[in-house]
Amino acid sequence: MSLQEFCQFTILGLTRGSLYALIALGYTLVYGVLQLINFAHSEVFMMGGFGGMFVIRALLGPSPGMQSFALATFYLVLGMLAGAAAGGLTAWVLERVAYRPLRKRNAPKLAFLISAIGASVFLFNFAGKLWSRQPQFVPQFFEVNKPIFDIFGATMTLIQVVIVGSAFAMMVFLDRLVATTKLGQGIRAVAQDAPTAALMGVDIDKTISRTFVLGGLLGGAAGFMFGMFSLVQYNMGFLPGIKAFAAAVLGGIGNIRGAMVGGLLLGLVENWSAIFIDTKWSDVIAFVALVLVLMFRPTGILGERLGRSA
Amino acid sequence: MNTNGTVRRRTGLWHNEDARRFVSLVATGVLIALLTGADGSQDDSLLAFRESLLSIRLPICVGLMVLLWAVFYVGQRRRISLSPAVTGAAFRQRLRQMPVVRWLLIVAVVGAALVLPPFLSGFWQTVLVNQVGIYVLLAAGLNVVVGWAGLLDLGYIAFFAIGAYTTAYFTGTLPIAPPFVVNPFVAIIFAVLACLVAGVLLGTPTLRLRGDYLAVVTLGFGEIVRIVALNGDDFTNGPRGATNIPHPSITLPFGVHFTVPGLDWKVDWDGSLRWGIDSLPYWYLLLVLTALVVFLLSRLEHSRVGRAWTAIREDEVAAQANGVRTVRLKLLAFAIGASTSGVAGVIYASKVGFISPDNFILQYSIFVLAYVIFGGMGSLTGVVLGAALLTALPEFLRDYVAAADRPTYLGAVLVLMMIFRPAGLVPAGRRKAEITAQQASDPPGSSVQQADQPEAGQPEAGPTASPAGAVGGGQ
Repeated sequence: MSLQEFCQFTILGLTRGSLYALIALGYTLVYGVLQLINFAHSEVFMMGGFGGMFVIRALLGPSPGMQSFALATFYLVLGMLAGAAAGGLTAWVLERVAYRPLRKRNAPKLAFLISAIGASVFLFNFAGKLWSRQPQFVPQFFEVNKPIFDIFGATMTLIQVVIVGSAFAMMVFLDRLVATTKLGQGIRAVAQDAPTAALMGVDIDKTISRTFVLGGLLGGAAGFMFGMFSLVQYNMGFLPGIKAFAAAVLGGIGNIRGAMVGGLLLGLVENWSAIFIDTKWSDVIAFVALVLVLMFRPTGILGERLGRSA
Repeated sequence: MNTNGTVRRRTGLWHNEDARRFVSLVATGVLIALLTGADGSQDDSLLAFRESLLSIRLPICVGLMVLLWAVFYVGQRRRISLSPAVTGAAFRQRLRQMPVVRWLLIVAVVGAALVLPPFLSGFWQTVLVNQVGIYVLLAAGLNVVVGWAGLLDLGYIAFFAIGAYTTAYFTGTLPIAPPFVVNPFVAIIFAVLACLVAGVLLGTPTLRLRGDYLAVVTLGFGEIVRIVALNGDDFTNGPRGATNIPHPSITLPFGVHFTVPGLDWKVDWDGSLRWGIDSLPYWYLLLVLTALVVFLLSRLEHSRVGRAWTAIREDEVAAQANGVRTVRLKLLAFAIGASTSGVAGVIYASKVGFISPDNFILQYSIFVLAYVIFGGMGSLTGVVLGAALLTALPEFLRDYVAAADRPTYLGAVLVLMMIFRPAGLVPAGRRKAEITAQQASDPPGSSVQQADQPEAGQPEAGPTASPAGAVGGGQ
């Protein structure tokens, strides 16, 4: 293994890992406030991909050619916003339809899981019906694979820089939002102790709804970036969704920084394993790593809880 | 139950119960129009929307939904409330207490399962075996793990895969030669052993983990098994899988040969039972196996072991403090579930004759779990019924819906079911009692959550808040 190879896979791992981290944040946020795994979150990601792709297509047509730097940035941000909006909307509807009615009826915990699974199955098949099951591509409006810089002979392309950069920006944004704003305070309060939070004047329903939307925004934006990076398809959410879920657990589910660390780590481990072993085993390595970490730290790397103390 | 103060404060249109229901029903109408409408295309992303929403379909669907709303609305204005005696709730209650009815039902179902299949078309016979029979067995096994012991297993299909691949191995259809080639019936023993070993191997390090962590680890295990099967070209034949797995057969040491003197009636049977392409014999085989499994499991349910599982599910620490050997019992649940799945794997492999890693994707684990919870977690009757219904449902849609769209309906059914009957089709007695107790004792302190309760009271939860009263308060 050469240093160049190692760096190349590290870059790839960082790119994938930051996408995993963005999706994992959605799992972790919802887990924090509801103690539930939102199995339909992968569909939020998928909807984000479609939303972003449609907006770019509508604005630029199927083959737009390369845009100038300023325009490309503008469209990129627009696509990301569209993806985020689609993701956020999906998450909001999801909470409304598949979660809230159950919450009102005090359904057992596993009922939520099944309703989320049902919503997920419904959503991705419905998307497949509406927008065809063939893979589709976001029209390329800037030179996606332009090499930006070299590290020991390994190149990082423009899209990779964009993904890693914007993902980190969003993660910092979310971290600050949860730490400092009133909404963040509400989320943490509900995560720590929902009945007490309600007594303190936190509107639990609203907080939960907004938490879903927050996770949906990040997941949707990640979906658009994933679409730029590879393709958009009705079942594109499945594998990244599972990986991101694993990442959230790896970092300690319910813990925001844990999800970030877990996502990056999972992406890196997965790609490093490709150097030593064949790429076709990278999924196995990712899960084995997960099992090993959980055996020694049963609540993930950084531990649970969205609120600071348990 | 709704305090008037919180309801009266919110007077916007959106907080009006009827308006809200109207909006959601119209949205449902649009959704149905899209769902039954044209397929989308790769190039023209709005094609499906145009074709479905500009056709006559949209007004029909939305119109029907508005009609439905109007019926609700009028019903509520008039405050029509039927007494339980009229709606039949009391009658059903009385029926439920009669053991005779229960036995009659069981006899009727078993009788139908025995007598009806020969009259079905070949297609339905295949569905009965390949889908219904196999999944009922799988669901009964998973019910032990999830329903009784409360361990969320998302990689359950892995044991099914192990059972199927063990069969392929011992019938000599994998690239590696087995020490001896056996009949699939004998392979059941090896499959059960293999699944027990795999279950214990997976369980020993991981069963210490709590709920959701266990879920993700089992999910990982399921994926690992599938990927190993996919990548192991030398021993599992990779993506091509195993082909020509033989059908099982039994040759009894004795035959039946006799003639009835005087009558021209002769029985000449050499004592062999063979299964083949035909689905019907497999159906009876599965019926026997399922009956056996269900009988054994139902004996377990209320035994010492079953009660220990319940204790673990409800509160592991308390169970341990009371002397329940939690790790050992959890392992037992895992192993029992795994071996049931393994048996199903053997039957599936020899019935279909062909297995590949595509038969064992994560989605099937999730589907089995969905069947279990749909049927009523922890209730054997419910689980068997739920699996049978949900596996047959997509096939009923066969003539109307394209194959690829059928899961959409399954998804919708799951969501609706969980909203209106969260404890499942036939709730387990204990769980049902829990839910009713919870709803009855809903603390008034949670009025923030209760403030804009969108739906009317639960259909069967006895004296809950009168929906008419809540609506009246909002206006």
